Amino acid sequence: MGIKERLSGNEAVAYAMRQINPDVMAAFPITPSTEIPQYFSSYVDNGQVDTEFVAVESEHSAMSACIGAQAAGCRAISATSSCGLCYMTEMLYVAASDRLPITLAVSCRALSGPININNDHSDAMGVRDAGWLMLFAENNQEAYDNYLQAMRIGEAVGLPIMVCQDGFITSHAIENIELVEDDKVKAFVGEYHPEHYLLNKDESIAVGAYATPVYYMECKRLQAQAMLDAKDVIRQVGAQFGEMTGRTYGLVEEYRMEDADEAIVIIGSSAGTAKAAIEELRSQGRKVGLVKIRSFRPFPTEEVVKALTKVKSFAVMDKADSFNGHCGPLYAEVTAALYAQGVHEPKGISYIYGLGGRDVRVESIQHVFDELQEITRTGAVGETYRYLDVRE
Amino acid sequence: MAYNLKENVMKEDRLSAGHRMCAGCGSPVAVRTVLRALEPEDKAVVCSATSCLEVSTFMYPYTAWKDSFIHNAFENAGATLSGVETAYRAMKKRGKIDETWKFIAFGGDGGTYDIGFQSLSGAMERGHDLVYVCYDNEAYMNTGIQRSSSTPHFADTTTTPVGSVVPGKLQQKKDLTRIMVAHGVPYVAQTTFLGNFQDITEKAHRAIYTPGPAFLNVMAPCPRGWRYPSEEMMTVTKAAVETCVWPLYEVVEGKYRLTYEPKKKLPVEEYLKLQGRFAHMFKPGNEWMIAQVQAEVDRKWEELLQQCSL
Repeated sequence: MGIKERLSGNEAVAYAMRQINPDVMAAFPITPSTEIPQYFSSYVDNGQVDTEFVAVESEHSAMSACIGAQAAGCRAISATSSCGLCYMTEMLYVAASDRLPITLAVSCRALSGPININNDHSDAMGVRDAGWLMLFAENNQEAYDNYLQAMRIGEAVGLPIMVCQDGFITSHAIENIELVEDDKVKAFVGEYHPEHYLLNKDESIAVGAYATPVYYMECKRLQAQAMLDAKDVIRQVGAQFGEMTGRTYGLVEEYRMEDADEAIVIIGSSAGTAKAAIEELRSQGRKVGLVKIRSFRPFPTEEVVKALTKVKSFAVMDKADSFNGHCGPLYAEVTAALYAQGVHEPKGISYIYGLGGRDVRVESIQHVFDELQEITRTGAVGETYRYLDVRE
Repeated sequence: MAYNLKENVMKEDRLSAGHRMCAGCGSPVAVRTVLRALEPEDKAVVCSATSCLEVSTFMYPYTAWKDSFIHNAFENAGATLSGVETAYRAMKKRGKIDETWKFIAFGGDGGTYDIGFQSLSGAMERGHDLVYVCYDNEAYMNTGIQRSSSTPHFADTTTTPVGSVVPGKLQQKKDLTRIMVAHGVPYVAQTTFLGNFQDITEKAHRAIYTPGPAFLNVMAPCPRGWRYPSEEMMTVTKAAVETCVWPLYEVVEGKYRLTYEPKKKLPVEEYLKLQGRFAHMFKPGNEWMIAQVQAEVDRKWEELLQQCSL
């Protein structure tokens, strides 16, 4: 059995890092992820890990140093939030293109401006096309569990991976958690044995080529293939993790979807709020359910289509706006997946919610389900691009 | 062992021939000379900022680099190589490797004085055991000769074109070598190609084999940007040194030492006249520009002499 504890999401992720004892961590402070390198530095300075910690002068350098360290033959990790993730964006693309399975913990936070330190998903959504695997957690347990699985997934397909949790809501709130014993973690995560690396005395390699049009597109196609291949890896690793802990993971979590007429699709901590809303509505006889996206990259096309095919209406909840004049980023993914599979019956709306830490209450989610019920009843969708709980 | 040019050039080149750099460019000369200062038995990881050097030496599927090599981006050679060097310490500590590796970064002046400055400063401050070599050709040559903070006063570049109102670059060159000295790192030197290459070779060796961070600023002319005939590169660097436009010195643990003193300090015209980028300074009525440059060079030279005498 695991170890019963009470930890915040940031501490849980730092705890996982300690158990894994990676070779190199390069990080820069930014609210709300700062605690992760803080906790980790105390592990370093107290000899609980023998990781080399590099206190870089920016997030851009954090990711640059991670790229150097991982290419050299090491496991390299970092943690960031918000503008820090923005600032390392250029390097995120390079990490993915160089096929370096770096692990990045993200405590998601709004982007400036106005400057705001609270949670939404604008930072993570802003880098969704950088070529990284992206897992999202509903609570601190999932943040911890996802982190323990991340390196297995990233290293299997040769892609970097982000382990995202909601800033403050998850990162700072202390909850009960079940931890895995150190020896079990070490055995589960295993050692890193790259095929090619800079510090190999028997083989010089060159990393980061200039590629002309003759080669560039093949490079990108291989990245796309790795992302496709990751779907099965995430399922397999999630299943093995379940064998060890009893907590099995896939690309999505379906909640009360078996007979749902109305559903919402959501990412992160608000899934917990939505589950409470669903329980209350279910007690009133309403057939409502939830699809929680755990893996945003790769996008769980098959799972999402399968879950939504039978519903009459659905709302996709985006904690970030694309400012494209019609929908949030998750809505675009979900509806594209449905359209590609020829599923046109369910009526879908896009809700932008929770920006910059705007509180998401049980009633907020119930309001969305009421709107969906009306759409189901009348068959009229109305405006598909909506903001939730906002002063107009 | 005393320096011997013949023996030095007999060492195997660690940057192979066949790369795509221009004839008469100082950059590959700087690279080959610095890498020759490595002891042959030592392994090295070389890092290059995005630059002419990078795109010309590592065009997939070819590489001119015999050592392990990493290019990451324009502005982060310092941070990237500090990651590699940290990995080396981590792997060594854990018994994963036991051989000796050295770490050398190359960046142009754009990638060093300007956009890569923060990354470089961070790497130096953190004390990584690496050498950062700036091959200084005094403008963004890869994108087509735009001014950088290293571009000298009055130089004609594509973003400081000599016009009817503005006579080239209005600002003086940033003194990066001294800024690196101010970081308090154990070894900083300024050098270029002179005579038998003893100055640059010895400085490169000291930079590589001094524990901790080291910075080497190498004047590396660009025939396209500076507008001199390709075969005249060494004439230009010699003139830079003899006029004291580019003094050769090193700073060991904060102590300045002049490594070459011209027998007779030549007037700056002897350097400026060799290059098309300064041609407008020789037009009648523009004598004040040359006078101003001379005054700047004199002031900085005196300052350097004084520091070296302390």
